[in-house]
Parts: sequence; C-alpha cells; structure tokens
Amino acid sequence: MILALALLLQAVPAEEPVDPYPVSNANAGTTPIRDPALWRAFHGREGVGRVVDGMVDRVQKDPRIADIFKGHDLVRLRRVLREHFCHVLGGGCDYTGRTMRDAHKDMGVQQADMGALIENLQASMRAEGVPFHAQNRFLAKLAPMRRDVVQR
Amino acid sequence: MIRPLLLSAMTAALVLPATAPPAEARNRRSGGKLLLTNGVSTVEGSAGGGLATWAVVAGNETRDGIGGAGHATLVALPDFDLETAGAAIGVNDRVELSYARQSFDTRAAGAALGLGRGFTFRQHVIGAKLRVAGDAVFDQDRWLPQIAIGVQHRINDRGATVRAVGARASRGTDVYVAATKLLLARSLLLDGTLRWTKANQFGLLGFGGDRRAGHGVQAEGSAAYMLSRRLVVGAEYRSKPDNLGFAREQDAWDAFAALAVTRHLSVTAAYVDLGDIATVRDQRGAFLSIQGAF
Repeated sequence: MILALALLLQAVPAEEPVDPYPVSNANAGTTPIRDPALWRAFHGREGVGRVVDGMVDRVQKDPRIADIFKGHDLVRLRRVLREHFCHVLGGGCDYTGRTMRDAHKDMGVQQADMGALIENLQASMRAEGVPFHAQNRFLAKLAPMRRDVVQR
Repeated sequence: MIRPLLLSAMTAALVLPATAPPAEARNRRSGGKLLLTNGVSTVEGSAGGGLATWAVVAGNETRDGIGGAGHATLVALPDFDLETAGAAIGVNDRVELSYARQSFDTRAAGAALGLGRGFTFRQHVIGAKLRVAGDAVFDQDRWLPQIAIGVQHRINDRGATVRAVGARASRGTDVYVAATKLLLARSLLLDGTLRWTKANQFGLLGFGGDRRAGHGVQAEGSAAYMLSRRLVVGAEYRSKPDNLGFAREQDAWDAFAALAVTRHLSVTAAYVDLGDIATVRDQRGAFLSIQGAF
C-alpha cells in the first residue's frame, strides 16, 4: 500500500510547500465577471486551462521575463492561475492562492515585465480563439492588479 | 541603452514626488508599454491623436526608462499642403519634450492670395508635457483619467506676412490640460483636452488678430475604438479661435485609422476637415502619418 501511494505521488506532479496563509476568494484581488457569454468566449474550464498553459509556456520562452519564473513552482503556478482566471471569468471556481501582493512579493517585477506578461497572455488568448473584445474585458479586471504586482 | 548619469539624476529629481521607491532600486530599461497606448504623433509633435493632444507620454518607455517617437505627416488638402516632421522624448512615462517643424504650402492659392505661388508658411512648435495624475491604461477600476498639463510654444517664421494679414504676433504659447482614459472593457479610448491659445490656424497664420487679440479657451477631443491589438479607428474634434477678420476660421475634425505595423512603427490615415483657410473654402482632405517609437 505504501508502494501504491508512492507511485500515485509520483504520477501527480507535486507542488512545493508554501507557508500557511488564509485561503479566501478575496485573495483574487477582484470580483468575478458574471456573464455566461464571456465564460463561453473563453471556452469554459478547458479553454481557460489552455490559456493558462499557453501563457506559462510562453513566458518561459520570453527572454524579457523568463528569468522571473526560473526556480518558481510552476506546477502550483498553473493550478492557482487556472483557479484565478476561472474565478474572475465567472466560471464558479474558488481561488485558493495567495493575494496578488503576497504572491509577487520579492519577485522584483517591473512595469515592463507586467507588459510582457500581458502580451504573452494576449497571445495565448488569441491562440485559444478568444475574441479581442472578450480579451479586453478580462484584461480590464487584471490591469489594476499592477499596483500589487509591480513592486519596484 | 543610453544612461547618462546627469540625465538619470535629472529624471530622478523630476519623478521624486510621484513614486515611492528610490530610483536606484529599479533597473533602468527601455520599452515596455503596450501597443498603441502611447497614442500617435499630433501635427504638433506631442503624443495624442492626429489633431488632439492626449495626456499620454510619447515613446514606449515605462516609469523605468526613456523612450521617444518621431513622425512625418502630410495633410493633403484641395488647395494647400501641410507637412510636419518632429520628434518627442518621453522620460519615465511622466515628462514629454517635443519638437515639430511645420510647413504649409499655399501652392496656387498663394498667388490668388497675393503671396506668390507656392508661398510657404513655416513654423516651429516646441512642447513640454507633464503627467500629473492617473494611468489611462492600468487604472481600470477607477474613473480618474490620466491627466497631463502642457505647453506648446510656436514660432512662425513668416512674421511680416502674418502681421500683414492682421495677426498681432508671430509667436504664441498654448497651455493645455488633457484627460485621457482607456475604457478597456469597452475597447474604447476617450480624450478631452482644454487649450488656452491665440493661434490662428494652429499658428500658421500667426497669433491673435483684429477680432480678438488675446488667448481664449478651446476644446479638443478624440474617441477611438480598438478593433484589434494593432488597429484603432476613431474620430477627433478640435475647436479653433476665430481671431482674423479677413478669414473666418472653423473648427476641425477628422476620422482616422491607426495601425501598429510593429512595436516600433505605426501608420495613421485620416479624412480631415480643417474648414476654410485664409478665405479658401472647405479644406477637406487626407491626413497621412508615419511614426516610429522606441
């Protein structure tokens, strides 16, 4: 049985432990957009998953910001981003990640880095076939998070 | 990129009241603005639409760097040609310094006006703009627009001619306040600008006149809709003084499309109506502009 458990743990990519923090949807930093049409424009939970994976794959190849993600727990990042996007887009997910301020603490993100991240997100949404105006409704929710994301 | 110490010290002094962390803690870097969020170049060299100056700062730089833009614009009207070329520098997305050289070719109309065929008015426009509040792009949870104040000093080098047609001066200074807001959820950008000016036809026919000598408040504005990340369409309006008795002046408007060809290159095409100019009626035509930015 211990062997079976060990095999199971190996099969599911593990996240690194983080210091405990209060889990709350308030950590998402904004309220969900309640519009089923927008959720459909992102092709639901599967579409959001592809958008997140596409963005994380892209940022790792983007020489402007790849270094920021080196050494980060990308397994956890993909999961909390999926939750975050799904929550904000009205997909009914709970966000279990940290606040924007805590999640970006000491990452040294500059304004231009956030610009680069947005461009990668836009590219990923285009690849998913999310219409431009639906992309902008989502980005309008994320943009004010700059105040917590950009910390220098 | 270019990092002269003196300039860094100067910019640090300029932004001191604005941002909390000391400049040394941040890496200086170029670029970083999102596509088209620096607007395009006006005929006066400042960042904005084609006719209206916006509160955005020229160049692709963020608060951490220096950027710039250059432009060349042709306004082809039935009886006149206006050509402008200029450059602007943006410092820390806070301060903009701009220069434009305008030449206004009267072509055949020059002979009819008694100036001589092909008589060309020329003007220098030197501008400075300071962003004082807000962020047009990122403050999407607030109504506060990005607000900037600015000055444009114009030097017309046809002083004798503009005085002969009734202008009081060949130099003038505009002061303006601009408010610009991107309503991202609606893919819409709005600008409203108030300008204190005495310029006749943007200064090409001098400053002040027999009907009114001094400055007055004029309004300009733009509404632009983003069709895609690279393509924006919109319309602009700009009111102008009507200082000269010999040639009444109407407000100007345009309808434009701006395309970001690359991060560093954009082109703007517009249909523009400048009204009557120097008694020659209905000057409506094409506005074509190419801009480079870093």
